[in-house]
Amino acid sequence: MGTTCPRRWERIVTSAAVARTHAPSLLPSAEPLGLLRLDGSIDSGSELSMPSDEVLSTLHRRIVLGRRFDAQATALTKQGRLAVYPSARGQEAGEIGAVMALREQDWLFPTYRDSMAVVARGVDPVEVLTLLRGDWHCGYDPYEHRVGPQCTPLATNALHAVGLAHAAKVKGEDTVALVMLGDGATSEGDTHEALNFAAVWKSPVVFFVQNNGYAISVPLAKQTAAPSLAHKGIGYGIPSMLIDGNDVAAVYAAVNKAVAAAAAGGGPTLIEAITYRIEAHTNADDATRYRDRAEVEFWLQRDPLDRIRRHLVDRGLLDDEAIAEIDAAAEAEAATLRERMNVDTQLDPSDLFRHVYAEQTETLRRQAADLAAELALSKE
Amino acid sequence: MTTVAEPAVRPMANPSPVTMAAALNRALADALHEDERVLVLGEDVGTLGGVFRVTDGLAAQFGENRVFDTPLAESAIVGTAIGMAMNGLRPVVEMQFDAFAYPAFEQITSHLAKLRNRTRGRVALPIVIRIPYGGGIGGVEHHCDSSEVYYTHTAGLRVVTPGSPADAYSLLRQAIDSPDPVIFLEPKRRYWSKESAPLTQSDLRLDQACVRRAGTDVTLISYGGALGTALEAAEAAEDEGRSVEVVDLRSLSPFDDATAAASVRRTGRAIVIHEASRFCGYGAEVAARLSEQCFHYLEAPILRVAGFDIPYPPPNLEQHHLPSVDRILDAIDSLQWQETGARRATVGA
Repeated sequence: MGTTCPRRWERIVTSAAVARTHAPSLLPSAEPLGLLRLDGSIDSGSELSMPSDEVLSTLHRRIVLGRRFDAQATALTKQGRLAVYPSARGQEAGEIGAVMALREQDWLFPTYRDSMAVVARGVDPVEVLTLLRGDWHCGYDPYEHRVGPQCTPLATNALHAVGLAHAAKVKGEDTVALVMLGDGATSEGDTHEALNFAAVWKSPVVFFVQNNGYAISVPLAKQTAAPSLAHKGIGYGIPSMLIDGNDVAAVYAAVNKAVAAAAAGGGPTLIEAITYRIEAHTNADDATRYRDRAEVEFWLQRDPLDRIRRHLVDRGLLDDEAIAEIDAAAEAEAATLRERMNVDTQLDPSDLFRHVYAEQTETLRRQAADLAAELALSKE
Repeated sequence: MTTVAEPAVRPMANPSPVTMAAALNRALADALHEDERVLVLGEDVGTLGGVFRVTDGLAAQFGENRVFDTPLAESAIVGTAIGMAMNGLRPVVEMQFDAFAYPAFEQITSHLAKLRNRTRGRVALPIVIRIPYGGGIGGVEHHCDSSEVYYTHTAGLRVVTPGSPADAYSLLRQAIDSPDPVIFLEPKRRYWSKESAPLTQSDLRLDQACVRRAGTDVTLISYGGALGTALEAAEAAEDEGRSVEVVDLRSLSPFDDATAAASVRRTGRAIVIHEASRFCGYGAEVAARLSEQCFHYLEAPILRVAGFDIPYPPPNLEQHHLPSVDRILDAIDSLQWQETGARRATVGA
């Protein structure tokens, strides 16, 4: 006792002092980092690295396509083709910028609001909308594009991202996992457990929080008393960034930096991107009950598409002809999606009993047979 | 008339050196040795070897990349195991005690149980969650819950529980090999029970029940910690002239209807015995299923000997809560024996 205890205490005290010395570097900036000002001009003082012109052009194009996809999904919901649709309109910079910064070998763990991001990752939009059409809980193969199923319980997928990334590290794979979260999700215990585990394990994970101001109807002020959501990183020893979430160049640059750091063995990063949800929570929500029109107008003036477009046009990287071409491509994709979604899918009720276990159990075989018999009888 | 076959009896061997804790330790070591994808993680499972020493020595033998302590957060232990399994590993996680697993409930029921179904079979999660459960060890509050039905009620999970050291070894090896997530419930009051049987993989499947003791008059159906009590009661009843069969369920989900129903058809009487509270307890499902399948063979209602419908008692009162040999013998006595002749005559006519 007499000899081991003081040494152990000494170690604890010393390591804490070292951690405290490094702590200030973990804090986010006082103001959100950006690369493009509202008028599209470059913020030359930014500590973020401006993406190449080619990347900026791609980001612009993907935002146009993403916004059109989102509008089409909203329209399909109004036509009764989707059971529900949580729109990401206004959040295109976050949805597109984060996904485009991922490498092919990386994984994306999206939420229900991130259909646009999943499509940007390359998943077939019809397969993405299978969930919201109500045909099945996940329509795509997660392994095909390395995209976890869209997660409805908040923050639970942050732990899946940490586990997957930890396994990649153990196996010596160069893979980073990015999990998408919202401001509401940062109050969930799983967010905190995921931040802590990732920090302790130095897992290659990017926590990408889109702070759109509301968790359905509850504003940020009722969600947290923290100076920013990014400040939560320091409690876990995780470096954090606070960025302008409507600046796609900044989102891309920040995620790119975090992915590179994680891939280099630097562990996780927490990014808070400040943005705004222009539409209601879903088509079933009435946003006028908790926010006024002036607020929405304020954010419409900070439109992420306008900003990147102005920048590219002002620099001569984009003209009316190119914009028309991109708009036409977006229209064509929307028309194809509309056409593919405007069919009545044939669902097989016996699917209900498949994939519950690797092999169907005797009980499920009996229940499948019962339902089949019931259906056969109703057809007679 | 259905042919009533003689049961294949699998008696539990006489006490000798191997404890259930040691058998589980061996199962983990063998699995870690044979399959490099297997990992063991949880609270205090590394240096300490687990609070029940089930993981004793494994970190030293297999290294901290494969057997490791996690921060103290059960939801994260299960949640990160899900991510690891998505990336090709086969995690075996330990929840320190039954009631401490509840923070992981959402990860278990909403994700672990459902991801295969959600993704139409594309994402398999071969994960084992080991949970020491049940009472009888003088544990204080939150250390003695019988939480089995929370898990058996969730489709997509396999739930198994061993009643003996040899079975603990075999079931755990099969659970780790299973392509499905398995909730592996370890009856902590049997951790130090001993058995001489060799630690090999049984020919019984993961989802099979078995007859531990043959009898002709009544079937006791039990599992986990209460199984030993049921076997003691069977011995005692023998002295009183009743021939008692004992079925060890082993797998609580799926339920092995065939083995349990065959026994009840042979004996015509059944009692389900478990520590968990009676109301909506596992015995309710067993009694309902057996009534549906064996109604015309029954000489008496199917009874349950179970814990009371109360929060788990403090250690100095738990003996009143747990199913005892006397309580089981009383239940056997109340199985309408005097009416047997009349009933048999009616069925025969």
